Amino acid sequence: MIKINLKLFVTLSKYLPKDSECLEIPEATSVEKLMSDFGIPGDLVKLIFINGKRQDSNYRLKNNDRVGLFPPVGGG
Amino acid sequence: MVTSKFEGRYDRNFNTLSRKEQKTLGASKVAVIGLGGLGGGVCEMLARVGVGHLTLIDGDSFEASNLNRQLLSEEHLIDVPKAEAAKNRVNAINSEVIVNHLVEYLDESNMYERIKNADLVMDCLDTIDIRFILQKAAQKASIPIVSGAIAGVAGQVTTIFPGDKGYELIYGKKGGKQSKGIETRTGNIAYCALFVAALQSSECLKVLLDRGDILRNKLLIAELWTNTFDIMDLV
Repeated sequence: MIKINLKLFVTLSKYLPKDSECLEIPEATSVEKLMSDFGIPGDLVKLIFINGKRQDSNYRLKNNDRVGLFPPVGGG
Repeated sequence: MVTSKFEGRYDRNFNTLSRKEQKTLGASKVAVIGLGGLGGGVCEMLARVGVGHLTLIDGDSFEASNLNRQLLSEEHLIDVPKAEAAKNRVNAINSEVIVNHLVEYLDESNMYERIKNADLVMDCLDTIDIRFILQKAAQKASIPIVSGAIAGVAGQVTTIFPGDKGYELIYGKKGGKQSKGIETRTGNIAYCALFVAALQSSECLKVLLDRGDILRNKLLIAELWTNTFDIMDLV
C-alpha cells in the first residue's frame, strides 16, 4: 500500500474521502481507478495534477504523490 | 504617454515601473474580449496603469444578474451594451487612452480581423468553445493571449504564446466542442472575478514589458474557500 495526498477542487470537493491528506491505496493504482474506487465522477474531472504537473488518468500513483483534480472552469 | 495633461497621473507607478516601461505601455495595443466580470476589471486596471490603446469587444448588454460582480454594470445601465459602458468608463478614468469599442460577438468569421492589430489579447470570455476560436486567430496573428476563467470562488490564469498548445492542455482536445464549465452551477462571486482580473492584468503587463515570471505552459489555480494558490505545469 502507498499513501497519497488527494485534493478535489470546487464542485468536486463533495466527493473528498476521509483522510484525504493521507489516503492509503494499493501501489501503482491509476488515477482512473482511484476516481472509480472513491466514487469521483471522471466525466466531471478536467485537469489532473500530480505533484504540480499535469498528467492523464492512466498515470500510476506512487507513494507520497500529491494529487489534485479540477473540474472545467470557463466563466468570465 | 509618460507625460500627461494630468501632471502626476503616473507618479505612483514609479518606480515599480520605470519611465521607459511606462512609455512602452502607452504605445501598447491590447484587445479585451468579453467585458463581463473579468473584462470589466481588466479595463479598469489597464486604463489606470496606462496601456495606451484598448480595443474593447462584447456583443452583450447588461442585465440585472450582472450587478453582483461586473464592475462596469450599474443599475441605470441595464440593457446598455457592455462595450459602450467600457468605453465610457475608460474615457472617464484616462481620456488619453485611445479606445476602439465594438458591440459585437466574435466567432470564426470575424475574430482574426478584430484582433490582428493588437500586441496582446485578454481572454475574458465566458464560453470555452470561443476560446479555441480565439486561440486559432491569435496564433495566426502571432499574438499572445492572457486567459482567465472563473467559477464560484475558483479561478485560473494562463498565458498562451503563438505555437503553444494552450487551451488544449486545459480543456482537452475535445474542449472546443464544450461551451460552458461548472460556472453554470456555481455562479461567479465579485471578489473572485476581480481577483482573477487582477492576475490577468499583471500577466498582461509582464508580457508587454518582457519582465517577471510569465505563466507560459503553466496554470495558476486559485480556490478562495481554502486559500489554495498553486501554479501547475501544463507540459
